[in-house]
Amino acid sequence: MSRSLITQPCPHLLVRGARVVDPGLGIDQTLDVLIENGVIKQVAPHIQAPYHFEMIPAAELVLTPGWFDMHVHFREPGREDEETVLTGCAAALAGGFTGVCPMPNTSPATDKAEIVKAIIAQGRQTMVDVHPIAAATKGREGKEPTEIAELVDAGAVAFSDDGCSVRTAELVRRVMEYAGMYQKPLIEHAEDESLSLKGAMNEGVIATRLGLPGMPAIAEDIIVARDLLVAEYTGGRLHIAHLSSRRAVELVRWGKSRGIAVTAEVTPHHFTLNHEAVIGFATNTKMNPPLRSPEDVEAVIAGLQDNTIDVIATDHAPHSAEEKNVEYAAAPFGIIGLETAMGLIISRLVLTKKLSLSQAVEKVTVAPRRILNLPQAEIKVGQPANLTLFSLEKKWLVDKSKFYSKSRNTPFDGWQLAGKVFGVYHKGQWWANPDF
Amino acid sequence: MIVSKHLLGLAGVRREEISIILQTAQFFKEVLNRPIPKVPTLRGKTIVNLFFENSTRTRISFELAEKRLSADSVSFSTTGSSVAKGETLLDTVRNLEAMKIDMVVIRHSASGAPHFLATLIDAGVINAGDGRHEHPTQALLDMMTLLDKFGTLEGLKVAIVGDIAHSRVARSNIHGLRTMGAKVALCGPATLLPREPREAFGNDIEIFTNVDDAIRWADALNVLRLQLERQAGGLLPSIREYANYFGITRRRLEAAKRDLVIMHPGPINRGVELESELADSEFSVILDQVTNGVAVRMAVLYLKSGGDLEVANGAG
Repeated sequence: MSRSLITQPCPHLLVRGARVVDPGLGIDQTLDVLIENGVIKQVAPHIQAPYHFEMIPAAELVLTPGWFDMHVHFREPGREDEETVLTGCAAALAGGFTGVCPMPNTSPATDKAEIVKAIIAQGRQTMVDVHPIAAATKGREGKEPTEIAELVDAGAVAFSDDGCSVRTAELVRRVMEYAGMYQKPLIEHAEDESLSLKGAMNEGVIATRLGLPGMPAIAEDIIVARDLLVAEYTGGRLHIAHLSSRRAVELVRWGKSRGIAVTAEVTPHHFTLNHEAVIGFATNTKMNPPLRSPEDVEAVIAGLQDNTIDVIATDHAPHSAEEKNVEYAAAPFGIIGLETAMGLIISRLVLTKKLSLSQAVEKVTVAPRRILNLPQAEIKVGQPANLTLFSLEKKWLVDKSKFYSKSRNTPFDGWQLAGKVFGVYHKGQWWANPDF
Repeated sequence: MIVSKHLLGLAGVRREEISIILQTAQFFKEVLNRPIPKVPTLRGKTIVNLFFENSTRTRISFELAEKRLSADSVSFSTTGSSVAKGETLLDTVRNLEAMKIDMVVIRHSASGAPHFLATLIDAGVINAGDGRHEHPTQALLDMMTLLDKFGTLEGLKVAIVGDIAHSRVARSNIHGLRTMGAKVALCGPATLLPREPREAFGNDIEIFTNVDDAIRWADALNVLRLQLERQAGGLLPSIREYANYFGITRRRLEAAKRDLVIMHPGPINRGVELESELADSEFSVILDQVTNGVAVRMAVLYLKSGGDLEVANGAG
């Protein structure tokens, strides 16, 4: 059973002496931030707060705009035993995220305005902004586009058949053209299933040793190449979800150099683990796209460094223990990620100096909101306070029994990470992490 | 010396351990030739044979090995079992374990299924073939057969011919033979060779896509069974073409070494991967493999249940 998360109204707050990092505004300095009635009132080196303000001494902490995960799976409707919008939002908040985008591969698929509205309504009960991504095609069947205009009106921020690619180039074209009228991107799960369908892990040396059927990286590359050409032709906006291969990074880099409106994301597990993690057949290493080779991991990190990859997103994919506790081939793809993302980003990218703190924060705050045309959560006077407060240095042990998610399918249980959420402020409320 | 109570595969198994298993198997082979081919070695031990995939010779070979060692054994196959009603592998085995068993012999279509079990139950787990991953007792009996013929595996050239990509026999043989100092070649059409074989198994592995080259190179051919459904999967243009270009025939053996040995894990598609007449010829050691299979499985069950070689030699 998941833990419940206690938030409290906190209209007036002074965050004192935090390292304020707002990549959108180019800020990285020690500042005080004063919040009044949920709105940022003052940002300055030394602020005297009125006596009735709560005060957080934050000298050892980093304050950034609220983190945003543009790729999660909340399983509602359909598999509420694995995650609901409410438990997913609790996991998001515990991971430092104030905004999330649930993907449409629910059951039924999120392909109708009513479902989009229902997901948003659930999210309104929480401190987290929930912006659903709607299916690109009806039932995600790859036959006809969804009612895109109506879905946009209902609140869908992008379109995707995530879980699989939009089936044909023709449909990619039509969805890009139609969604383009509303400045909404197509988010593509890049996988040519004719090459990957029966696979269980990355095709290559480890799959050969383990005798597991392979999913070759070119299955991803071919769809990225196809969609880049369609995006160039239509002028549509393309966002590549959970990019994982070296060649796909090169293709996106090429696309950007040609001025194609393409962006891309990578998950923490794809920059942290490679296919050697599958040795031993632990099913929490089974994900789609699969964990790739060490060379692919290096290329993905290089893509983050030169901003070919704009966003870090978790692809939080809850599965029940019963479904994962089976032989490898029978297990479903996916792991949860909301509550380990910050620790992995800080430990694997920031503290190792692969990315600057500002660059890493950009990829979980500014970039996803920009790609989805959502208002930025800026640390600026007059803006609603939407903030994540965390420690860079604090070490902690990942303990899946303490997760707020309903599911426990993580390969990182027992890992020691640095980078831990202290608290989150949003919608005039404060959540303090009891495990800090 | 025997480090694990499980035998999940031959990858990572040390030369000393393989040698002890093969020596012990020689002892048990002698037992099998006695008037009463039975020893009380595993009396009181309970072994369950779980066959989630069709098997005739491996299952019977294990059952015979268990009976020859005086173990109590029960066999289970998916037909008529609760698996057919949707019970998971985990539940099935937990139930069996609750019945207090000492060892599980498992055959399963999923690579890694024995590893999955070994993390969850206390009983020893013997892999009798998992998906396309490993089939360690088959490789051990193949090595025993080669030892019988050549006296050593050191420097011996063994070509594995056929569908390497989907073969658990090939994987276990590659690991075992290389550990024991043999040279290994893989031969088959490119669609049936695995990705990055040298990176996966060792840079010294020879790769042939022309079967005549493999035959000229080899001291022994281990001819794999061709799964006929590979054609439907688009991996082969036709069975006829495979037989013509990759089948082992007497005419092709004209270029072979005089004392070449032909092995096959069975069952044979006669006339496809192996000419029917050759399977029964002077080159063939296929029936020796079957005999050795019982001895090897006796050795594995005995050693993995805690026995050691000295006691084995004194047993009976």
